[in-house]
Amino acid sequence: MDSKRFMGTARFLMVGVAGYLTLACVRPTPPVEPDAPDPPPQAAVRPTPAPSPPRPAPPPLQPPPPSFGGEDDLASRTLEDLNRESPLEPIFFLYDSAEMDVVGRGVLDANAEMLQRYPSWVITIEGHCDERGTPEYNLGLGERRALAARQYLVTLGLEADRIRTVSYGKEFPFVPGGNEDAWSRNRRAHFVITER
Amino acid sequence: MRLELGKRWSRAHYTFLLRAIVVTAFVVAAAGGGAAQQGAVDLVIRDRVGAQARLAIPNCLALTTDTETVAASETIAEVLGNDIDFEREFRLIPRDTYASVPTGRSLDDLPLEAWSELGANVVLSCTVERISEDQLRFMARLFNVAARSSLFGVEYSGSVSNIRVFAHQLSDEIHRDQRGLEGVARSKIAFISDRNSESVLGLVENRATKEVYFADYDGVGVRRVTVSRSLNNNPAWSPDGRAIAYTAWRPYMDVLVSHIYEGRLGTPAAGTADSQNWLPAWSPDGSQLAFTSNRDGQPDIYIMNAEGGGVTRLTNHPLIDTSPTWSPHGRQLAFVSDRTGAPQVYVVDVDGTGLRRITFESRCDRPTWSPAPFNEIAFAAQTGPGYDIKVVDLATNEVRQLTFGLGTNESPSYSPNGRHLAFSSTRGSGAKQVWVIGRDGRGLRRITSTGNNEMPSWSP
Repeated sequence: MDSKRFMGTARFLMVGVAGYLTLACVRPTPPVEPDAPDPPPQAAVRPTPAPSPPRPAPPPLQPPPPSFGGEDDLASRTLEDLNRESPLEPIFFLYDSAEMDVVGRGVLDANAEMLQRYPSWVITIEGHCDERGTPEYNLGLGERRALAARQYLVTLGLEADRIRTVSYGKEFPFVPGGNEDAWSRNRRAHFVITER
Repeated sequence: MRLELGKRWSRAHYTFLLRAIVVTAFVVAAAGGGAAQQGAVDLVIRDRVGAQARLAIPNCLALTTDTETVAASETIAEVLGNDIDFEREFRLIPRDTYASVPTGRSLDDLPLEAWSELGANVVLSCTVERISEDQLRFMARLFNVAARSSLFGVEYSGSVSNIRVFAHQLSDEIHRDQRGLEGVARSKIAFISDRNSESVLGLVENRATKEVYFADYDGVGVRRVTVSRSLNNNPAWSPDGRAIAYTAWRPYMDVLVSHIYEGRLGTPAAGTADSQNWLPAWSPDGSQLAFTSNRDGQPDIYIMNAEGGGVTRLTNHPLIDTSPTWSPHGRQLAFVSDRTGAPQVYVVDVDGTGLRRITFESRCDRPTWSPAPFNEIAFAAQTGPGYDIKVVDLATNEVRQLTFGLGTNESPSYSPNGRHLAFSSTRGSGAKQVWVIGRDGRGLRRITSTGNNEMPSWSP
């Protein structure tokens, strides 16, 4: 996820820089003829819309950040809701590799903690691959990724029968695209809660 | 004629085939089995050794005037022309050049002089006739133009609703009778497709489904095999043509066998969440299936009885062993392993001994062992951003390339006579489609067009 956040930041910065450059290029030069009438104000061309009515105070729908402490709402959510904003983070792999790096192990440590907090959860680890390589080979590679993540969780003390694996090879890319950014986000082990 | 023939088969690595064709009349079973199949050729309709007969296939004569019969008289000739063209044993005189030749008056009364002027050595004459509500009678004769004699004749009757099968049957009979060759016009090709894609229910992401289909070898007459609304892949025809094994996600990977004529579904590997199975491959006698499984914690290859049970482990390596394929005699298997860092093709005896690596370039994946008499393995080799189909000759270790960098080309599957391969390719539109190509790299044809279609398996 660090990489994701980094990418987000980088993209924000790039957009910012690009925006500044655009402004710099199109900013009109100051008028040289002092007598020239000022252009009509925008407001004359396009009347200011009536101010919108004050928005009602937002209903208290937004839950507080989950405390994961036992009274939180994770335990009461449906499986679908749980998986939509999954509390279990994915881990990412290098090309044609099922080795986990220190970041991946850190994510797995956090996932293991979550699973220990909710001992009724049963999860399926989906192994996914980027679009390179044949679909047949990638089934094996995805399986190795899922098995590696499972093995690590088991060494952290989780019961093996709570953790299932399935490989989808390159069938379900997370992000479309044929570049390293897309590939790096598709080479992943994805965690799905299948029983709660 | 020899000159033309030389041009036609000029690729260096096919010299053996060239030799086989040129000298078949003198040498029997020379240069391996390839020549044997050519057998006692051609003294029938080749007047000179090595000359390829030029064949004309005009529309059939419709002996009854109803619309379906008249349509059949044209369709059958057209389909037969494509079938004949596909094997390239005869040179088909293009069917759009026949305008100058008058129509024959009956099955046996042909304007042979006019056909001779057009350069035909052989003419197919055929008639179609409605004989009942839903039945047509089809008759055909093959004429030697120079000798003014009939070489061969057939009479079929069958359903109005599937007239293409008349042509396919006749094509196979002509090749058998005139060339000692088992044609493939009645074979089928199974594949997976997202053409009726429905999203997998209950999952977070919007995921497309893929189902197993099959069609005639020319892509016509598509039929759907699976209706799981889930992911399925790697169909594999049983050697008797009555079943298709494939990988299904339910939701874990398992090998299923669809007995398509019995409407029965087998689960020979009895997969569970902890024992998943994928990529089935039939032994040549149909009694066993090789497959990949994670049952021992890593993807390895196993063999089981086709109806289940009797599981033995073929490979044992912590990295990926997958994509098994049997040798024609069932004594060896080829498979893919990344044990050296990148996927390569290996061959091993069926008892797990005698392991040897047979590919040594980039990434080599998804092997398919040719049927006899050819002794070669086709595979997908990385040649750039994508893959190309290559073939390694097991006698000489020579590698030849069939596709050249247009799109990515993967998942080769041999026709039952070994002379063609089906494969998936993204050439053209970028969508995955099933294509067929001769084992000499000629005669490329696309056989699918709707949605994405991949992982072909050619029926027996």
